[in-house]
Amino acid sequence: MTNEELTNTITSWFPDVEFIEEGSQYLTILVSKEKLLDVISKLKEDTSTHFDYMFCLTCVDWPEHFQMVYHLKSSDLDHMLVLKVNFEDKEKPEVETVCKMYATAELHEREVYDLFGVVFLNHPDLRRLLLTDDWEGYPLRKDYVDEINIVTL
Amino acid sequence: MEETIISPDGTQEYFINMGPQHPSTHGVLRLVLTLDGEIIEKVEPHLGYIHRSIEKMCEKDNYRQIIHLTDRMDYLSAHMNNHAVSLAIENALEVEIPDRAKYIRVIMDELTRISSHTLWWGVMGMDLGAITSFLYGFRDHEYITEIFEETCGARLTMNYNVPGGVMFDIHPNFVKHVKDFLADFKTKLPEYDTLLSGNVIFLERTKGVGILSKEDAISFGVTGPAGRASGFSNDVRKKEPYGIYDQLDFKEILYTDGDTYSRYKARIDEMWESIKIIEQLIDNIPEGDFQAKTRKVIKLPKGEFYQKVETARGELGVYIVSDGKMSPYRMKFRSPGFSNLSALDRMARGGKIADLVAIMSTLDLVVPDIDR
Repeated sequence: MTNEELTNTITSWFPDVEFIEEGSQYLTILVSKEKLLDVISKLKEDTSTHFDYMFCLTCVDWPEHFQMVYHLKSSDLDHMLVLKVNFEDKEKPEVETVCKMYATAELHEREVYDLFGVVFLNHPDLRRLLLTDDWEGYPLRKDYVDEINIVTL
Repeated sequence: MEETIISPDGTQEYFINMGPQHPSTHGVLRLVLTLDGEIIEKVEPHLGYIHRSIEKMCEKDNYRQIIHLTDRMDYLSAHMNNHAVSLAIENALEVEIPDRAKYIRVIMDELTRISSHTLWWGVMGMDLGAITSFLYGFRDHEYITEIFEETCGARLTMNYNVPGGVMFDIHPNFVKHVKDFLADFKTKLPEYDTLLSGNVIFLERTKGVGILSKEDAISFGVTGPAGRASGFSNDVRKKEPYGIYDQLDFKEILYTDGDTYSRYKARIDEMWESIKIIEQLIDNIPEGDFQAKTRKVIKLPKGEFYQKVETARGELGVYIVSDGKMSPYRMKFRSPGFSNLSALDRMARGGKIADLVAIMSTLDLVVPDIDR
């Protein structure tokens, strides 16, 4: 599907999904965190979109909010889509896991939990991945202060 | 610590630590295995022994400095990692790079692929108990390393790609030495087959072992030769061509069995394809500049940029979020090894502990690439 067809299809399924026009080479949609599971499972299961391959999952720490970024691709139809979720609550960022749809998300979400402190609800095994269990803070957050390494870049 | 569970018949499952210091993990990777006798019930990777937080460092570095970090991720695909970051920056700046640089980059990428696969072949044989293959593999790997050293000045972390092209022109002997290598390697590659590919013990240990279905490969995001051996057609060079790959004649290697032997064969076949690619280019490197003019201080426009490159291990994604400053606001590397590792549990479950070594070999994990 071309981006235009994708836009029409997604709008017909989910009228309240917001399209972000600028700033990316991919078609980008913004989804509320309550709708995330509905949207992503429909996009994956429907044969006309069939986004079965998640090639990137990450998080960005913006000054006002955290933003989860999911890069999706269809292995047979070859179209791509970026799905974003914002959460305003910086104190307690929580979002549903997408492990059930994409097995690769399990490790990727653990990495995001480890480095950003985003909690993935219903994740089968949410623990720190790269850092030690007793590590304090979340290093990829912008307000993280590294007291061990004295040399700053 | 973990509780010991005793089943009604009096047997109990037990845990084994494989690594972080284990010869077949090829780096400091620790796997906690849950075993029932010698049958694997669960493989749990524990990561982070060489986590350097490259993504955090990138947020403080400027775009020229970032290149120097990326070849320390997957050090066996150093050229491709640099290539990915350079391409992302060039696309964001809309810089057109000279043809000469494009040709050199692709030749270097394919040489890297061969050198990575020869090393993988050597250590895979060693993991399964064949020392000879290790020596053969390193012999050919060394040949390419010397070609790199001559042009780039370094043997492992080359830092040869820069935004706009390549750092220096190729060495005057480069073309001759690459041709010598190809002529030599074409006689050596069949030796690989006679030594391992047809060996009965080797076949017994690899055929039908560690099967990964196509659906699982897609779901786990297993890319590169490991994914293509399961039938997941995802060669970035074909699907989303970069550089001059769209003008070249080569095949995407696909197998459907998804077992250890298919992954092995996929890499052997890929080496032949890489030879084919280099042969198409080596006599036709255009004259001209090897670097486009770029500003000393690079500032990317606001926005997001994603670049995929096919490394020796699979799809490397470079995701740059820029707020218009000298350094990226956020930089993410979607490393192929990380996703490939996540499927290890699925492949090894229900198999013998000795097979785990064979399965891991054909995933071709490089730990700095996983930890970043």
